[in-house]
Amino acid sequence: MSDKSHDPNQMTGAAMIVRALIDHGVTDIFGYPGGAVLPIYDEIFQQSEVQHILVRHEQGAGHAAEGYARSTGKPGVALVTSGPGATNMVTPLTDALMDSIPLVCISGQVPTHLIGNDAFQECDTVGITRPCTKHNWLVRDVNELAKVLHEAFYVATTGRPGPVLVDVPKDVQFATGTYHPPRKSDVHRSYAPRVKGDATQIRKAVVLLANAKRPVIYSGGGVINSGPEATKLLRELVEVTGFPITSTLMGLGAYPASGKNWLGMLGMHGTYEANMTMHDCDVMLCVGARFDDRITGRVDAFSPNSKKIHIDIDPSSINKNIRVDVPIIGDCANILGDILQVFKAEAKKPDIKNWWQQIAQWRARNSLYYKKSNDVILPQHAIQSLFEATRGKDTYITTEVGQHQMWAAQFFGFEEPHRWMTSGGLGTMGYGLPAAVGVQVAHPDSLVIDIAGDASVQMTMQEMSTAVQYELPIKIFILNNQYMGMVRQWQQLLHGNRLSHSYSEALPDFVKLAEAYGGVGIQVHKPGDLDGAIKEMISVKRPVLFDCRVAALENCFPMIPSGKAHNEMLLPEQANDEATAKAFAGGKALV
Amino acid sequence: MNQPASAYFIEDRHDPNETHTLAVLVQNEPGVLARVIGLFSGRGYNIESLTVSETEAQKHLSRITIVTTGTPMVIQQIKHQLDRMIPVYQVVDMTETRRSIERELAMVKVRGQGEHRVEALRLADAFRARVIDATTESFVFEITGNTDKINEFIDLMRPLGLVEVSRTGVAAIGRGPEGM
Ligand SMILES: Cc1ncc(C[n+]2csc(CCOP(=O)(O)OP(=O)(O)O)c2C)c(N)n1
Ligand SMILES: [Mg+2]
Repeated sequence: MSDKSHDPNQMTGAAMIVRALIDHGVTDIFGYPGGAVLPIYDEIFQQSEVQHILVRHEQGAGHAAEGYARSTGKPGVALVTSGPGATNMVTPLTDALMDSIPLVCISGQVPTHLIGNDAFQECDTVGITRPCTKHNWLVRDVNELAKVLHEAFYVATTGRPGPVLVDVPKDVQFATGTYHPPRKSDVHRSYAPRVKGDATQIRKAVVLLANAKRPVIYSGGGVINSGPEATKLLRELVEVTGFPITSTLMGLGAYPASGKNWLGMLGMHGTYEANMTMHDCDVMLCVGARFDDRITGRVDAFSPNSKKIHIDIDPSSINKNIRVDVPIIGDCANILGDILQVFKAEAKKPDIKNWWQQIAQWRARNSLYYKKSNDVILPQHAIQSLFEATRGKDTYITTEVGQHQMWAAQFFGFEEPHRWMTSGGLGTMGYGLPAAVGVQVAHPDSLVIDIAGDASVQMTMQEMSTAVQYELPIKIFILNNQYMGMVRQWQQLLHGNRLSHSYSEALPDFVKLAEAYGGVGIQVHKPGDLDGAIKEMISVKRPVLFDCRVAALENCFPMIPSGKAHNEMLLPEQANDEATAKAFAGGKALV
Repeated sequence: MNQPASAYFIEDRHDPNETHTLAVLVQNEPGVLARVIGLFSGRGYNIESLTVSETEAQKHLSRITIVTTGTPMVIQQIKHQLDRMIPVYQVVDMTETRRSIERELAMVKVRGQGEHRVEALRLADAFRARVIDATTESFVFEITGNTDKINEFIDLMRPLGLVEVSRTGVAAIGRGPEGM
């Protein structure tokens, strides 16, 4: 009789899960226990290599894991129980899918013999999460578990990154089987993302770039996902070509905001110069972005006279919204490296002085202008003050969703990648606070600030308790306008100023709320007190809710109105009632 | 242009629709068909016909044949979206290769007597349909061919007492010695 009890690879499914986490270099996971994951929690209890952060709601675990992933470049891991634990993960999984964030979620499931019986806390987790994961698995055999876990990490982190979920029935967690460390054969043979770009296409791209008169580089989150090499090469390409560069919301930080070729963000609330440059360019180099509808505005009027080069690791991003001339499929870093090499060998910096002069004129319109006040804090001013106060500090910013998010993108300058965590694709209110928890876990000594709105922050407020428990000194900087400002803005511009349910009634006293959680509350009303209060917030080494009372009715400009093109932006100085009504009219009489 | 109250540009796309037959080679594992169907419903693509069966048991390979319609841009999207699924090995646009044979099998039940019955048999013969079940008042015909031929046969049977039709959906394969 063979004695398997001495074989170190013989272990329970629950032990395999912890072991696989360790083998993949995971040091922190975010989770919430329940009946269907108790064997895994038992294993977690008996070891110290993986730290478990107990959140207060599974959605918080998912967003925290996203923040962790986005700020480190490593996969984030979440652990949830069956049924409601799994359904609470649907929002973060979808969020991570939209923003290409590597996430590994392990969910408990009822025992295999009960699956399909409407057992207590049973739900069809793989069915529910199929459309919101890059891939998912239900593991019915403990001897399959190691392979699936390793494949899950591989799929989440390679190609276009994304969330994956492994559903593990409780009997599989208890069962004993054979574990093996990660190996190549764990992965589907059918999964082989393309990394290297096609050489002919790269040559075509270089010819276009070298002969451009009015070029622009438009970069996105893909550059940041690709890693530090892609950022370095992107910066070098800007240097070598002298081209102007703009970026999507997700791409901020890949090129430094202080860089001389920086145009600011583009899109619906992007700068005038960025959008005009996109509209009038003759050659556009899109790197790791996907021509989202918030970027393009009206598609049939999007950059009508340009040749477009599109670098993306996901072939399905090519020609999805906008037809491009030179698609190059592969990893940004790889392709940027090749482009640079060919460009340096065969081309020289094109003379685009006239183009820069044109851009200077657009810049002079000062599209981010706002009128400061001595009586009331303008939200834009609050972000600028926050930015000034954090300059030179090791700072990470997360956001919620709304006007404050757009102002943060417009007025906070990012110098490095991985410093800006925001829900771009899904636009999830409630993302920022738990994401800040995740970022702070990954970077315990850094300054982590969630730029929040009064409405959004209430969606996942309970994670303040997590921050207090783990002594995570996150700063929740609430631009409190007492409105769902972005909703109100659309109602003002597009729905005849009928402010249906967008006023934040019965707001809590955020200072008392902070104190109730065991954190610190700070409130500020007067512009004159702002800098001092921000300083105080930064110096406190505990979680802070900062209630920044701002001008209630301020709106976010510039803005591309409905059905309009990039060159038809509404600028702040024009945004009086009459011009706004006209800009949004577009053939309809509603505004 | 009458734009509704939205910051989206809501537009009509006017490119004409095309019909394409796609052959998709997949790992035969739980949920793979649900993934493919979910992709079509989730992204609003059309499925005109879908057939699936394991084709290489030892390698756990299944082949899914999908007939779909859409603008050229949508068809391209469908192919890319299918191709990036983890258990998908290969997607071949059989229509684009212009060298594929498509077949469908149908079983057609017809009930009638006298002249109708004779006429049904005569037409079945002309279409090379086989009789696979018969009673004194009914036939079940088995017919193989491309979709148009089968549609035509069914249309002809309708006035002769068509009762029921069961169809397999389209299977497709390329001409010549090469595999996919
Ligand atoms: C979960 C969720 N529900 C609804 C929305 C729609 N939405 C977008 S912005 C917004 C208002 C946000 O208000 P607040 O957090 O106060 O930010 P502000 O715009 O005032 O800065 C709403 C309701 C959303 N993005 N996410
Ligand atoms: Mg608000």
